[in-house]
Amino acid sequence: MKQEALCLSELAPGQTARIVALHTAGSMRRRLQDIGLVENTCVRCLGRSPGGDPSAYLIRGAVIAIRAADCRDILICPE
Amino acid sequence: MGLTNRSTGVHAADAGLFIQKRAESDRVIALAGNPNVGKSTVFNALTHLRQHTGNWPGKTVCCAQGRFRTAQRGYILVDLPGTYSLMARSAEEEAARSFLCFGGADAAVVVCDATCLERSLNLALQTMELGVRTVVCVNLLDEAKRKHIRIDLSRLADRLGAPVVGTSARKKRTLRALTDALDRMTGAPDSGPPAPVPYPEEIEAAVARILPEAERLCRGRLNARWLCLRLLEQDAALLAEAEARLGVPLGQDAALQQAAGTARAELEAAGIGREALSDRIVSALVAQAERLCSGVVTHERPVYRQADLRIDRVLTSRLLGYPVMLALLAFVFWLTVVGANAPSRILSRWLFGVQDWLTALFHAWGAPEWLHGLLVLGMFRTMAWVVSVMLPPMAIFFPLFTLLEDLGYLPRVAYNLDRPFQRCRACGKQALCMCMSFGCNAAGVVGCRIIDSPRERLLAILTNNFIPCNGRFPMLISLLTIFFIGTSGVPGAALRCALLLTGVIVLGVAMTFAVTRLLSDTLLRGEPSAFTLELPPYRRPQVGSILVRSVLDRTLFVLGRAAAVAAPAGMLLWALANTTCGGSSLLSHCAHFLDPFAQLMGLDGAILLAFVLGFPANEVVVPIIVMIYLSQGSLTGLEDPAALRALLCLNGWTWTTAVSTVLFSLMHWPCSTTLWTVRKETGSWKWTALAAAIPTACGMLCCMAFTALARLFGA
Repeated sequence: MKQEALCLSELAPGQTARIVALHTAGSMRRRLQDIGLVENTCVRCLGRSPGGDPSAYLIRGAVIAIRAADCRDILICPE
Repeated sequence: MGLTNRSTGVHAADAGLFIQKRAESDRVIALAGNPNVGKSTVFNALTHLRQHTGNWPGKTVCCAQGRFRTAQRGYILVDLPGTYSLMARSAEEEAARSFLCFGGADAAVVVCDATCLERSLNLALQTMELGVRTVVCVNLLDEAKRKHIRIDLSRLADRLGAPVVGTSARKKRTLRALTDALDRMTGAPDSGPPAPVPYPEEIEAAVARILPEAERLCRGRLNARWLCLRLLEQDAALLAEAEARLGVPLGQDAALQQAAGTARAELEAAGIGREALSDRIVSALVAQAERLCSGVVTHERPVYRQADLRIDRVLTSRLLGYPVMLALLAFVFWLTVVGANAPSRILSRWLFGVQDWLTALFHAWGAPEWLHGLLVLGMFRTMAWVVSVMLPPMAIFFPLFTLLEDLGYLPRVAYNLDRPFQRCRACGKQALCMCMSFGCNAAGVVGCRIIDSPRERLLAILTNNFIPCNGRFPMLISLLTIFFIGTSGVPGAALRCALLLTGVIVLGVAMTFAVTRLLSDTLLRGEPSAFTLELPPYRRPQVGSILVRSVLDRTLFVLGRAAAVAAPAGMLLWALANTTCGGSSLLSHCAHFLDPFAQLMGLDGAILLAFVLGFPANEVVVPIIVMIYLSQGSLTGLEDPAALRALLCLNGWTWTTAVSTVLFSLMHWPCSTTLWTVRKETGSWKWTALAAAIPTACGMLCCMAFTALARLFGA
């Protein structure tokens, strides 16, 4: 089961992954949790904005744009 | 339906919330929900009010209230700002939670998104935890149906232990289920909903330890179990508010504090610190929502956002993202210019016909010349100009813009522009505030509340004025048309005008970026804060109702402004223009005084004076310029653009004057309403002064640089 963990920004468009750990701190942590981004949540990267950042992710049925800088502390395990 | 009269101008900033019941039997209902689930649509449909609705999260930035009646009783509906949770970490969440806890709501309606039910239920669960009787309103059922999502409402109601109704708020009759549920709920005695979320054993044990003390103090005014959880989390802000609102000394109650301390120590011993506790509470909520939905929500097709994905792949692609954005903007402008041309002419011919008729009438009555001047040449003519020039373009631009808004395109603009904003250490949501500013800068400034970080919000407020509003647009259109396109109807003229206009807007956006960057490096230093932006599904706009209501609303808006601002301004101006002192009018004196400085910017005294006098409302800038020139006695009658051009040229305008005027119109002090709103939003005179000084300085510098260059090259 234990695979090498990546961070969310490394997830390529079209790929799906499961959240392993949320190391984000402070208010962003709570915000991510509120939109349902907790451990074991399935996340799919849908694409990147024209500037290459932020990226759009499908999280529990909603599309949320998150910046690469904020994805760095979200660890995932690709499926 | 886009911006409305109620959401622009002085109404843009709210004035606090006072609930006033008309009858003792009136019930207060709080309307809560995630951002962008159609809360405002439900609110409008029930109350027959017209709050601004649109397909982007964070649009409702303040609480609104309205009333409605059923056969049983009257209700007061309070529209809370859209939030994902009630943990009170942002201003909206705090406002929503505070109202639910202490605002005296008899019940709550939590509007949920049927296409995204699991996440929406999180908020419903938190509302029920507060001990407020809750109706769960699963909205957007029509959209879910299109996406082949099926929801078993009665099963959800059984599991939740609360009434669940399904609606599609755009179809008003589906709201009947909601009002019926409210009637039933408020008719029955309040027993409070059951505790909806089970927490891990350790946390339940800790709650049980504090519960008796909390119940003793709350005496039913606040849910004791919920208070225990917040005590465990050490939510200081809530405890302070509870003390203030309920008058219960929670902080000084030794027994309560001791119980809470013991419970926290026990949790700590079990390896659950403060951070871990918050995590587990949130996870329990999410897990409960997941459990409730399993078996209730069925996706009949595994990939149900295919169409949206395909559109997004084009609209936000690396190659096409920016070009499509510019092309859409230019297209909207083109339609506006093309469509407004003929109605503008007809209106102006008709209104000036009325002016002639009025003049004849005044003369027939033998009215004194000053009265005729004041009322007809001053008041009526200014109004006629404002109406004929402003009404047609605005009645076309706004419905089109509203269509884009309803479609869900605006969040994509924010998504596309986030990268450049990030470079300026600002927030991509600033793009949404800029979009609002097309309608009204004051509304744009209030819209900045969607930006969480105070530093980034200030950046957005200070640079807001670089986007020209309703009042400045028509002036830009007419100046660009008469000086760069010609008035004789050359083929392709409208397209060229639209492209020029797009260029002006792009310049405004570029200035926004430059100034934002500069401020981030100087006055408002800091790193960009965290950013999440929801990209809502594309929704088919309600074309018919948008066209009718938006055109009607804009018409009323422009006519209202014409009556409220242009009419008195016209009278005052005529008086100033016709009061002579030392051989020339007061207006001319002032214009003359400003002239040397204005010449440096490529303008003249009259133009600068018009901008100064246009401080209450930018609509009157061109009429003032005209009035000043006319008072020097050169020409009358401005029935068509050619006459305006002739008048301006006679007073020394060249294309460089027009460019400078356009530049200065894009970049000068905000109107009085906008500044007043900035003062209200920032609470500081310093920032208000800067909000005026920054665009003015930019405009002066740009105009001077352009004029110097133009003179250097001999233009």
